[in-house]
Amino acid sequence: MRFMMLIIPKGYETAAPGTMPDASAVAAMMKYNEALQQAGVLLALDGLHPPSMGARVSFPGGKARVMDGPFPEAKEVVGGYWMIQVKSRAEAIEWASRCPASEGEVIEVRQVQEFGDFPSDVQEAAAGFKEMQERAAEQRA
Amino acid sequence: MAADIHHAIDAVWRIESPRLIAGLTRMVRDVGLAEDLAQDALVAALEKWPTSGIPDNPGAWLMQTAKHRGIDQLRRRQLLDRKHAQLGYEIDSQQTSQADGLDAALDDHVGDDLLSLVFTSCHPVLATEARVALTLRLLGGLTTDEIARAFLVAEPTIAQRIVRAKKTLKAANVPFEVPRGAELSERLASVLEVIYLVFNEGYSATAGDDWMRPSLCEDALRLGRVVAGLMPNESEVHGLVALMEIQASRSAARVAPDGTPILLLEQNRARWDQLLIRRGLAALDRATSLGRPPGPYVLQAAIAACHARARIAADTDWARISALYAALAAIAPSPIVELNRAVAVSMAQGPEAALELVDRLTDERVLAGYHLLPGVRGDLLFKLNRREEARDEFQRAASLTRNARERDLLLARAAACTSEA
Repeated sequence: MRFMMLIIPKGYETAAPGTMPDASAVAAMMKYNEALQQAGVLLALDGLHPPSMGARVSFPGGKARVMDGPFPEAKEVVGGYWMIQVKSRAEAIEWASRCPASEGEVIEVRQVQEFGDFPSDVQEAAAGFKEMQERAAEQRA
Repeated sequence: MAADIHHAIDAVWRIESPRLIAGLTRMVRDVGLAEDLAQDALVAALEKWPTSGIPDNPGAWLMQTAKHRGIDQLRRRQLLDRKHAQLGYEIDSQQTSQADGLDAALDDHVGDDLLSLVFTSCHPVLATEARVALTLRLLGGLTTDEIARAFLVAEPTIAQRIVRAKKTLKAANVPFEVPRGAELSERLASVLEVIYLVFNEGYSATAGDDWMRPSLCEDALRLGRVVAGLMPNESEVHGLVALMEIQASRSAARVAPDGTPILLLEQNRARWDQLLIRRGLAALDRATSLGRPPGPYVLQAAIAACHARARIAADTDWARISALYAALAAIAPSPIVELNRAVAVSMAQGPEAALELVDRLTDERVLAGYHLLPGVRGDLLFKLNRREEARDEFQRAASLTRNARERDLLLARAAACTSEA
């Protein structure tokens, strides 16, 4: 099963555009990432630029409305993620617990929905949706 | 809460036990004893951690505890010969060192130890099924019960298999080391065979099977990635990882909601897992960038990659796949490879050229009773509009397969031969 570990750094919701983690924090994190990789559990990881460089698209009345970052109402925002493949929820939590995160940082551990998790009606609906994606991909190609 | 802590301890075990057992084996030179000591440490953790909480460095805690048990045992048995005295010295000196120092000491050996454990568990002195069970147990961190459920075998059978395997290793005095030189490639082939066998066992699981079965794919991938990390210069390891990642990417597309298998070319490719495909292609790049003549896993991965790169089935580079199968047939000749080559040739050059290849295989004893031979032959005859012969072949294939869904599929094809003729 796969889990996404989402890191939520305190204060990142108001971080200035271009804010980067400092070198020592990155070095510690690299060691952690290596451990994940050596254990064969790491599938993917990325860090995200602060929300001040992003945008939010909301849908009031079903219509898209764009708001540029930062977002005053956001209390916590995602700063990055790891996608891991492990045997249990407990193992995902154990890996999250080993992260050299600092005080104020939170890691949210969330299981990835696999296709097989869906009931059959949702699978069929998802199949249709995916075929749409495929056509879109074909058109792009 | 009690259940939570036990789950957490299970998770720590899953993460730490391979390194723990590997480190202990280096010290005591006996996988069986090392595992017993590691298990003792686990029991101690199960007693202690529910009240004390999980220590900051649970791996080091388990290692310390296991070593103490080992020393206690050895002292009790008064077997303090020179080797054991050395072990005692090692432990005494480590007790006085800082926790960080201990970590560093362990880290120094950990890669070699793990790899030695991989080669020991997959040693050719053991029967294949024993290698598989031992590897999953010692390196996958699976319990005997989990292995038994995954392989649809009774638990005592697996337990016995593992006990016997450990005895065999001890009796044969198998050295705890990474083989070198000429021996390496042969021994590595055994390691890769075990990992791929585990993967295929998981891949052949069907709906309704115990969840442990399909999860074998993930166990195999995890093992493969670990070994690839430890042997970055072995192209075949990367090849195997690439092959497994790409095959695993098709999991959601290869079975219909009602359990019917969906053939590769009929799969909804949008349901292929792009993350795993990317990982597979990257692993294949690592393999080919080493610049060695491609081995069987690299070639199979390259074939899988051809499919993965084609956005729709019609885009498949069949000429390249035929060439890759020809290369595979040259280094690892087998009627199965020839049969697959015939399928690729049929797509690249048409059914006539392919039928020639397939007809050469009808006398192969290995393929007697193998449903895919008449299945493929039926398909080629069908395409050549030789419907009656095709129907006979589909019916023969249906009578040979043990998979009920596949049988239905083949019988439906047989029926279509008469209705459409």
